[in-house]
Amino acid sequence: MTTRRTALTLGAALVTAALSYPAMAADTVKIIDNVELSGTGVTSGSMWQKGVDLAVKEINAAGGILGRQIAITHQDNQSQAQIAKAVATRAADEDPYVMLGPIFSGDVNVAMSVAAESEIPMIMGGEAVNLTTQGNQYVFRTSFSQANAMPKVAAYLAKAGIKSVAIVWVANDFGKGGRDTIISELGKRGIKVAADISTEPGQMDFTAAVVNAAKSNADALFAYTNEEESARLLIALRKLGYTKPIYGETVLTSQRVIELAGGAANGAKGHVGLSVDAPNPLVQEFGRKFKAAYGMNSDHNGIKGYTAVYIVKAITERIGKFDRKAFAKALHGATLLAKDYPGVLMDVTYDDKGDLNRESYLVEVKDGKQVITEVLPPLGKQ
Amino acid sequence: MTDLLQLIVAGTATGGCYALAALGFTLLWQASGTINFALGEMVMLPAFAMLFLLNVAGLPLPLAFLATCALAMAVLGAGFKRVVVDPLIRHGVVPLVIATLGLSIGVKQAVRGVASAEVFTFPSVFSDTLWNIGGLRVSAADIGTVLLACAVVAALQAFLSRTLTGRAMQAVAQNRDAARVLGINVQRMVLYAFLANALLATLAALLITPVYLAKFDMGETLGMKAFYAAIIGGFNNSRGALLGGVIVGVLENLVGAYISSGYKEGVALLLFLVVIIFRPQGLLGTVEERRV
Repeated sequence: MTTRRTALTLGAALVTAALSYPAMAADTVKIIDNVELSGTGVTSGSMWQKGVDLAVKEINAAGGILGRQIAITHQDNQSQAQIAKAVATRAADEDPYVMLGPIFSGDVNVAMSVAAESEIPMIMGGEAVNLTTQGNQYVFRTSFSQANAMPKVAAYLAKAGIKSVAIVWVANDFGKGGRDTIISELGKRGIKVAADISTEPGQMDFTAAVVNAAKSNADALFAYTNEEESARLLIALRKLGYTKPIYGETVLTSQRVIELAGGAANGAKGHVGLSVDAPNPLVQEFGRKFKAAYGMNSDHNGIKGYTAVYIVKAITERIGKFDRKAFAKALHGATLLAKDYPGVLMDVTYDDKGDLNRESYLVEVKDGKQVITEVLPPLGKQ
Repeated sequence: MTDLLQLIVAGTATGGCYALAALGFTLLWQASGTINFALGEMVMLPAFAMLFLLNVAGLPLPLAFLATCALAMAVLGAGFKRVVVDPLIRHGVVPLVIATLGLSIGVKQAVRGVASAEVFTFPSVFSDTLWNIGGLRVSAADIGTVLLACAVVAALQAFLSRTLTGRAMQAVAQNRDAARVLGINVQRMVLYAFLANALLATLAALLITPVYLAKFDMGETLGMKAFYAAIIGGFNNSRGALLGGVIVGVLENLVGAYISSGYKEGVALLLFLVVIIFRPQGLLGTVEERRV
């Protein structure tokens, strides 16, 4: 009798569990983050992950998206393109609503075909120009394309009276794209490239690059490398007594690089698309929340990860349903105002390719801090 | 010309760090016939230990360094010998090489698990002072590193050739059985070599981490370069390790500056291959005869 009752109880429990599973699944929305949590991109990926987690925590605490809680999974692509592709393929099999990441342009470049084939929106952190010029309708940026950012940098250099530049760039998709674009933009403004110096991803010693830059006698140095390499480059520039102005785009003057390079970052100048020090109450509030949560300042990648999740929320609420095709269609050409969607932090407009446009900043590193020296309006609004 | 000198000076300083790690290879080989492919991780571990003592325990850098030296001698010296080398060495060099390769992977992943895969900044033991000598810019860090590496090699040479213990260690390296017959405590001499190796690794960590930054995989490149340097200079000669380290450091800079940074990482491997083919005992090494 006891055995029969036990069997009935177990059976009832199993039926209840089986019936409740779809209900539980329906209460969540699955998002998979394909992110650089090891390898050369770990500095960027860790910040992005923290930003994503903070946004997910806030959104879930506030009731989720259209009443559904976000179930986020971070999958490490080891900063390797082939693994990023494998992660994206496996993620697509799990049928997520949206995929986030990768951050490195090389990783995005190979992983984004999966987004198109599976018709899953991919909100990524890459900046290389070619990511949004291939007609992929499911890829969206969280930061400027190099095609949008480099004209601002070149104009900045021209305004500073720079006539020649030594370019130090990292030989990956990100660096190559940036190098090609800045050379083109400098040429339009009559600024000569005195030295074109490539470096390797993960490079430890930058002595040779610094000596070649100094030898070129250029008016300034423009650095376009990833976070760790930027920090090592700044340390080498300081150690070898490089005295000319040092400029960068986004990475060189980011919070994380300043933290890693220490005093060697002082004096570096550049253009940044995102900064927690921006004169914007929403961004500054995000910076405070990030620091309270993780005990460190967010850099641009933290903001990118955070806004990526809030963009998913904003567009989904705008279309009123969880429909991936409708999501991608709605994000193309969308304008999200921070007053309506505070999580996006700044007014942002997407074009039909997945590129975004918003205000940006010129900065200088002073006493170990990123100081905003000028606010640049969105392109086309000057 | 100034550029060339600049590259040579900076390369010599980097080479000095390679040399300190390479000395560890030569010492262990001479004393116990051990090849340790986890040497890079033995540089990375003290770097993280010092960071912990600096940031968590709040010790100043000199104290953190001294405490890490003691810790390294206990764990990476005596502990490594007792737990990894002693049980395996009787089976020959190959099992030990494989074990140290495995240890290298295990240690890296363990540090990654505990400290994350992120990169950490590390304070320099030298000041930011920069001297300009006829257009040649020389930093206190470069000069300090070179002087320290030279001093360590000289002190080690003096210790090995002029002290009773050093001579006993050399006797063990040359012929263990004969040394035992002469009344030398072979195991103790071998232990000294392991302790010295741990100290050298900690010193290398102190000098190179401010530039390389602390990361769980920072030992990969360093360990490999040190191995090349030891082979190039001569696996059985301490001065050879210094020479090998400096040659690798300088050549990397010259290739990076005058050819391409893409070939920079391969130059040590190329030189290693040339030396192995044409002068297997290394530039300063002597031919060893072994009974079979």
